[in-house]
Amino acid sequence: MPEPDSFHISWVNERAATFDLHGPATLERQRRIWTMAAHFRTRPHVREVVPGMNNLGIELDPASPDSDRLPDELRAAWLDSVAAEQSSREVDIPVEYGGDAGPDLDEVARHSGLSPSEVVRLHVAGRYTVYFLGFLPGFAYLGGLDPRLATPRRREPRLAVPAGSVGIGGEQTGVYPWVSPGGWQLIGRTTLRLFDASSPSPALLATGDTVRFVDAGGGS
Amino acid sequence: MDREALMIGNALLGNAEDAAALELCLPPATLRFERECLFALGGADCRARLDGLAIDTNRTTMAKAGATLELAAASRGARAYLCVAGGIDVPVVMDSRSTDLQTATGGFLGRMLRRGDVLQIRPAPMPALRAVRGLSPSTAAPIRILAGPEFEQFEPGSRAALLESPWKVTAQSNRMGYRLAGPTLLRSATDELKSHAVFPGLVQVPPGGAPIVLMADAHATGGYPRMASVIATDLGRLAQIPPGGSIQFALCTRAAATAAWQQQQAWLQALRSGLHAN
Repeated sequence: MPEPDSFHISWVNERAATFDLHGPATLERQRRIWTMAAHFRTRPHVREVVPGMNNLGIELDPASPDSDRLPDELRAAWLDSVAAEQSSREVDIPVEYGGDAGPDLDEVARHSGLSPSEVVRLHVAGRYTVYFLGFLPGFAYLGGLDPRLATPRRREPRLAVPAGSVGIGGEQTGVYPWVSPGGWQLIGRTTLRLFDASSPSPALLATGDTVRFVDAGGGS
Repeated sequence: MDREALMIGNALLGNAEDAAALELCLPPATLRFERECLFALGGADCRARLDGLAIDTNRTTMAKAGATLELAAASRGARAYLCVAGGIDVPVVMDSRSTDLQTATGGFLGRMLRRGDVLQIRPAPMPALRAVRGLSPSTAAPIRILAGPEFEQFEPGSRAALLESPWKVTAQSNRMGYRLAGPTLLRSATDELKSHAVFPGLVQVPPGGAPIVLMADAHATGGYPRMASVIATDLGRLAQIPPGGSIQFALCTRAAATAAWQQQQAWLQALRSGLHAN
């Protein structure tokens, strides 16, 4: 009989609470988070439903009459949840690795004890699942990063990360769709457009998609 | 950024709550009304003049066609709000008329306004001239915060420093976040957090130890430790502190935070019903 997952629930502010699973993130638990998110999207007086990496944040309307119950509701929603189905869409993202496009590739290599080319090979070999969208319009948090490549975020975030930058933050990897502040280690850059406000489906990637990175070459 | 100032201006004009207005960060600015227009200024006090004559904030004023409105550098506050009867006429994008600079969508062409831009105003019935009574100016009262999920993970000295030290709003502060300067805040735990939901008002403390208060244009998720959160009612007041200004935090409870919000909402609702206005 597997051990029950350990978690904690806490208020983030006076009207928002988070449900946080402990331990390394897994896809199986993320699929249950997807189910919990779907449940809260049907609850009245909910302002925001924000899945994270094996966690879920819920913000209520200030007018919600029973906000004190939110922590109990989160607990119940987890206990009731089953893993949601995944989509079958696959998306390839071409990346120029290293050089000016990836100023932190050497730091990731140093931290992992691998050569920069081995870091690239491992990053390209992965098949990643979109765990959730967040951070910026079109930004997909990807699960499935080879544990050897996990690197802590920078001590202080950069004020402006170039658009299309491919980064590693802790155990996660992803692409910055826009110039933005950011604390991830940047290993490469893509010219693919991840968000188009004028499109009927503005974000290129969706929760549950499978993503692969392709070495586009041309780097120094 | 200062939601209350926007609400007051729209309430005075009899506009819907979501009528679009202008947010002017650190004026000066000069605008000309091409047609007659009823407007209201709120937020920062910019010693405004209409055709050379001083006008008050938090009251409706009628501008004749061709009138010029001049805003000087703010004598108090950081952001002025210009509301017009009917609201600014810009397209609705993703359910909002506001500007998102990140994606360059919404508002006026998805960007900050420039000299020469012409804004259209939506038609509106002409309400009576009104002003707010008894609106006390923003005081130096502390900004109230709630302890965040990782608050207890910080050194006792750092928890005390958050509440007891003055914090300076640095020049690197903007609509996404206010970067504060003060004592280095040390977290006892060193584990990396998994990315999680964040909300405006959250006080993040990266390993470097300098806190960042997320503001109106903040991201939806983040990963730095969540030490505290500014209560919703006080976020607008924080937004009126310009770079170089100093703030102090005070710990609050959820119950007190909720009560403060409800009190503010009741006041705004009464304003819309004409109870504080004359």
